[in-house]
Amino acid sequence: MLQLAGVEIRQGDFLLAADWRIARGVRLALIGPSGAGKSTLLASIAGFLEPDAGRILIDGHDMRGTPPGKRPVSLLFQEHNLFPYLTVWQNVALGLRPDLKLSADERRLVARSLDEVGLAGMDGRLPAALSGGQRQRVALARALLRDRPLLLLDEPFAALGPALRGEMLDLVRRITDKSGATLLMVTHDPRDAARIADLTSLVSAGQAHAPVPTGELLRNPPAALRDYLG
Amino acid sequence: MAERAEPVITPALVAGLGVAGFLAALSLGTVAVVAAAADTPGHLGAGDWAALKFTLSQALVSAALSTILAIPVARALARRRFFGRDLLITLLGAPFILPVIVAVLGLLAVYGRGGLISELLVALGYAPLSIYGFRGVVLAHVFFNLPLATRLLLQGWQRVPGEHFLLAAQLGMSTRDINRVIERPILRSVLPGAFATIFLLCVTSFAVALTLGGGPRATTIELAIYQAFRFDFDMGRAALLALMQFAIGAGAAVFAWRLARDGAPGAGLGRVARRWDCAGFAARIIDGAVLAAVSLFLLAPLAMVLLRGVFGLGLLDAGAVTALVRSVIVALMSTALTLGMALVLGTAVARHGAGHMAGWIESAGHLSLAASPMVIGTGLFILLYPLVDPASVALAVTALVNAVMSLPFALRALVPVMRHVQSVEGMLADSLDMGGWARFRLVTWPAIRPAAGFAAGLAAALSMGDLGVVALFADPDAATLPLYLYRLMGSYRMEAAQGAALLLVAVSIMLFRLFDWLGKGA
Repeated sequence: MLQLAGVEIRQGDFLLAADWRIARGVRLALIGPSGAGKSTLLASIAGFLEPDAGRILIDGHDMRGTPPGKRPVSLLFQEHNLFPYLTVWQNVALGLRPDLKLSADERRLVARSLDEVGLAGMDGRLPAALSGGQRQRVALARALLRDRPLLLLDEPFAALGPALRGEMLDLVRRITDKSGATLLMVTHDPRDAARIADLTSLVSAGQAHAPVPTGELLRNPPAALRDYLG
Repeated sequence: MAERAEPVITPALVAGLGVAGFLAALSLGTVAVVAAAADTPGHLGAGDWAALKFTLSQALVSAALSTILAIPVARALARRRFFGRDLLITLLGAPFILPVIVAVLGLLAVYGRGGLISELLVALGYAPLSIYGFRGVVLAHVFFNLPLATRLLLQGWQRVPGEHFLLAAQLGMSTRDINRVIERPILRSVLPGAFATIFLLCVTSFAVALTLGGGPRATTIELAIYQAFRFDFDMGRAALLALMQFAIGAGAAVFAWRLARDGAPGAGLGRVARRWDCAGFAARIIDGAVLAAVSLFLLAPLAMVLLRGVFGLGLLDAGAVTALVRSVIVALMSTALTLGMALVLGTAVARHGAGHMAGWIESAGHLSLAASPMVIGTGLFILLYPLVDPASVALAVTALVNAVMSLPFALRALVPVMRHVQSVEGMLADSLDMGGWARFRLVTWPAIRPAAGFAAGLAAALSMGDLGVVALFADPDAATLPLYLYRLMGSYRMEAAQGAALLLVAVSIMLFRLFDWLGKGA
């Protein structure tokens, strides 16, 4: 479903290489130290920066030259996923039509996705009036509505407490189960990976390593992961 | 055991209150002095009401044009990466330290009766342009404030989290969608403050009106005060005008203060958000044309000063050199005063940020925005007139007034940094019981030194270029370089004036760079 074919991304001295593929519907965690390039990898899959070498293929299509808006991808950032001057409803509805001119059917879809993430009745609120967890739920509702085959999470729950984070991960699991979307998620915490991800890729020393089953990796961590986990 | 925190009276607070009191006396006390000297009301003639009307109308038009024209410029700068972008942004900062009279000469050389455009028009058989009066005053004000408005707007763009532009790209937003969702909120939050700030600067403008205005239909209140004094010697009318000026200035300052408070200065202007929506040919042509036009608008007058000034340098006599030396001395005195007052006020405000006192102290530092230099000058003149020959203290008074006028800008550069140091290292310093001089020298100064250098550079350049209160006090033999230059213009020695302008702008920029460099030095 997603194939990274000899991908190399350079930024000054920084280099990240990846060469692997994953199947449709997989949930993959990217784990590793800060600055290793986890977010950079997601940004280049989303189309915000082009790799310096290699190709990114989604469902067999080479993504080179495809602008971010045309890629079959939704990316959630760690923060600032919502426009502060738009209401919850507007922020979600943007996922269907950026000009917010929605048909009655589309309006029903917005309402359903808000319901799905547990925010029914919050339509008119502004992001500033929401908690951190609620804000990320709004962003999830939008991703749900966009229904892109590839969902990328760049630690959107990192600032939440452990209980809330677990709850959000369970919500993500439900959403991806239902839609069949493939998930790539960046995390610092092996427990997050264990909770939701089938596969995990260790990102360190300039390399996003080929994914291996999460349980196996955590039971028998390679040296680089042991160093990171301490 | 824990005692409740009582408001502490520290030496920093006492010093801050002292300086604040001095500033209040200077800004408001002089108004009282002026008011006491004033005749009974009703002595304002038709000309004075015309001055009020002209002051307000030119300021409104100047502020509106500056902010509206700044929108496409800021938008183009915010979304285009190109060679020379940093240079253009630096250029946008230049008018702030450019002496007004130099800019006026440059504008005359391009748009004036004998300027480039008029020459072309005459060659083609049309009448030459004239920029004296309303048009000229507005042109000069837009020249100074379009760059300021652009920078303020660009700061608004920089405050938008980078994620929002990425999100817009991911959602496939068009230029129109981005305008509605991201850019219009920026404009709504920044434009009113920018407008009010520029309105305030234009209301109190003197040198522009002195050189390009004048006459019954193009006199600002500020200029009318000067004329009441210098030509009619009518203290009462000058005092009334001074009060009128203060009322308008204070009103505009309060407005600007309220509307522009969110602006965090010092935010870098270097970031360009990558955009996928405006890569089209038409959008690129439009942005390119806008940036080229604004560059030409700013550069042409400066280039003319440079070109003509080189030839004029040879025409300068010893009087110009003496005037230059006087200006530098005044600028150095003024810089020392500004920096001293700013550091005392800043320390008090940073240490006592939460209290009422700090608010009063900070406001006192900005009083001069409302009180025009002519108002302060008038007050001082009335005070000093019976005691000494005003001409004999002209330079000292000029240095003091210039220092007070630069203070708001110095505070704007220093106070946020001093607050930051206090919030980051203040508790640590408290826990080590560091106070007084040691704390300032070891904790505060190293962190604020670059900002202090910048503030000192601003103060020096502003004082170098000032043509205001000195015109009220100095006799012809004690002129500063801007006044000397103004007199050259008045006697139609334009080539020599161009030479003096080049000299003035060169020394102003050198002083600014020197202090800025000292601040950044090892």
